[in-house]
Amino acid sequence: MGLTLAEKILSAKAGKEVLPGEIVHVSPDRVMCNDFALQVIRQLRELGEEKPWDPGRIVVVIDHRGPANDAVLAGYHDEIRRYTATHGITFYDVAQGVSHPLMVENGHVRPGDVVIGTDSHSVSYGCLGAFGTGVGNTEMAAIFVTGRIWLKVPQSVKVVLTGRLPVGVYAKDIMLTLIGRLTMDGCTYRAVEYHGDLVGRLQVSERFTLCNLSVELGGKAGMVPPDEITEAYVRGRVREPYTPLRPDPDAVYAQEVRVDAGSLEPLAACPHKVDNVRPVREIRDVRVQQAFVGSCTNGSLDDLRIAAAVVRGKRVAPGVRFIIGPGSRDVFLRALEQGYIQTLVEAGATVSTPGCGACIGQRGALADGEVTIASSSRNSPGRMGSRKAEIYLASPATVAASAVTGVITDPRDVVGGEDPR
Amino acid sequence: MEERITGRAFRCGDDVNTDVIIPGRFLTIVDPDELGGHAFEGMGEEYPARLRERQLVVAGRNFGCGSSREQAATAIKHAGIRVVVAKSFSRLFYRNALNLGLPIVECPEAPDRIAEGDPVTVDFSQGTVEAGGQAYRFPPLPEFLVEMLREGGLVPQLRRIVAERRAARARG
Repeated sequence: MGLTLAEKILSAKAGKEVLPGEIVHVSPDRVMCNDFALQVIRQLRELGEEKPWDPGRIVVVIDHRGPANDAVLAGYHDEIRRYTATHGITFYDVAQGVSHPLMVENGHVRPGDVVIGTDSHSVSYGCLGAFGTGVGNTEMAAIFVTGRIWLKVPQSVKVVLTGRLPVGVYAKDIMLTLIGRLTMDGCTYRAVEYHGDLVGRLQVSERFTLCNLSVELGGKAGMVPPDEITEAYVRGRVREPYTPLRPDPDAVYAQEVRVDAGSLEPLAACPHKVDNVRPVREIRDVRVQQAFVGSCTNGSLDDLRIAAAVVRGKRVAPGVRFIIGPGSRDVFLRALEQGYIQTLVEAGATVSTPGCGACIGQRGALADGEVTIASSSRNSPGRMGSRKAEIYLASPATVAASAVTGVITDPRDVVGGEDPR
Repeated sequence: MEERITGRAFRCGDDVNTDVIIPGRFLTIVDPDELGGHAFEGMGEEYPARLRERQLVVAGRNFGCGSSREQAATAIKHAGIRVVVAKSFSRLFYRNALNLGLPIVECPEAPDRIAEGDPVTVDFSQGTVEAGGQAYRFPPLPEFLVEMLREGGLVPQLRRIVAERRAARARG
C-alpha cells in the first residue's frame, strides 16, 4: 500500500513507515518564529534554558507589528533582536516582509522538510513540497528546549485540479471554491494534497496561495508534490542538500475532490465566515471604503502585477482607500523595478510596509460599519479593526477592480475579455 | 487535572474564531490574567463579564479556528473556565489548550442539548458529559496527553525535563 506525501515525509523523519493516526516524535528541519518570539524567549528564560537546541535551524521574523509605534513595542522588538544576535539566529527585522514568503523566497524551506512555525499559515511551505504546520508559542518554546515535537500522522485529502483557469479567475478563486464546497472545517486534522494538470502549470506563487489557504479548510498541512517548477524555484535559493519526496501512485486518501477550473468564476468570501462564498457577479451594490492587496495569502509579485494590470490607466474611486502590502521587501523592490508600484500609486493606491499589515488590522484598520474587500485570508468579526466592519475576501484582481469602481466588482467587468494575468 | 468538573455553560456556536476569542489588539498583553479579562470580547464588550459567571465553555464545530495564537486558550483558562466541550476543535486550539493545561472534550452529541447557563458536569474517569439528566460519552485522549494534563501542561513538563537534564549533567 502506497503513502501520501504527508505520510512519506513523516515516515522519513520518523525513520520507519508510519500510518494515519500514529503519533510520531520528530525533529523539525526548520522552525519559524514570528513576533511570538518574545513569548518564547521569556518562557525560555523562566525555564532557565535560554540557549536553543540548534540556532542554525531557527528563523525569526518580526512581521505582525512593526515598525514599532510606541516605546513598549520597540522594547519588545529590541528584546527579540538581542536574543537572535546573541545566539546567531537568522533574523528578519521589521518591514522585511511576512514570514511565510520570506521563508520560501530565501531558501529556508526545502522540499521534503518538516517546518514548524508559530503561525497558522505555516502550511504555506507545502508550495515547495514541505510539511509545514503551525503551533502556539509554548510549543515552540518546547521545541527550542528539546528539538522535538509530537505530530499525529494526518489522513490526506487529494484535491485534483484540472483544466485551464478562465480569464479573471485565479488560485484564490480555486481555494474559495473548495472552502465554499467543503466548509471551513472540511479538512480539520487532515493534510490537503494538490494534484492535476492545472497544478502542474501553476507557478510557486500560485501554489503558495493554494497551500496557504488550506488552513482555512482546517487543514494541518497543504502540499503540492515537488516537480520541475519546484526544482527551478529552489535552485539558487536553497543551499543545503535535500531529498524531494513524492506521494506513491497507489497512496490511500480519506477523500478525493475534483475541480475543473474551466467552470470556475471570480468568488468572494462574504462576512463573517470564510466559507460563506458567493460569485462576485451576484454581490450587487456593496460599496467599499477600503481595498487591500497584500498579506501572505496574496501579496506576491504576480499578485501586484495583476492588480496593476487591472487599474492601469484608471483611477481609484473617490472614498476608497486602496492599500498595497507587498509580501516581502524583495517583492516590493521588484514591483518597483517592473513599474507595478508606479501604476498602482498613479491610480490612487498607497503602499504599506511589507508585513502582515491590514490583514490583522495594522495600518488599515476599519471603523464601525465600514466595508472592505481584501486579498487576505480571514474575515472574522474584528480581524481588521471594528467587529462591526464587514470583510469580503477575494483575488487581487477582484480587489483591484472593486477599488476602481468603489463597489464589489467582477474583474471581468473592468478589464473586459483581456487577461490581466 | 480535576476528574469531575461541574458548572454552568457559556454557550457558543460553530466556527468560533480565535479573532473573536481574543481580538488581535490584545496580543501584546503578556500577563495571562489580564488576557483572561478580555476573553470573548470579540463577541461584544459584555461577554467577558458573562464568562466570569461560567465554569465551562460549550461550543459547536471547529472551536478555536483561525490563527495559531495560544492566547485564545490562555484567555479562556485565566477567565476561570475549567474545561471546553465542543463538537470538534481546530487542531491548533486542540494542541494549545492541552499544552496550557486547559482540559478539552470532543463530544459531538452533548452541545446541542446544552443551552446558555445550563448546569453541566464533565466526568473524565467515566468519559461522560452530563446535562439535562443525560450522559453523553466522549473518547479518551491519548495517554501521553493525559499525562501532560496531569502534570499541568507543557510548561511544568518542560520544567521537569530541564531539571532532569541538569541533574544528568551534574552527575557527569
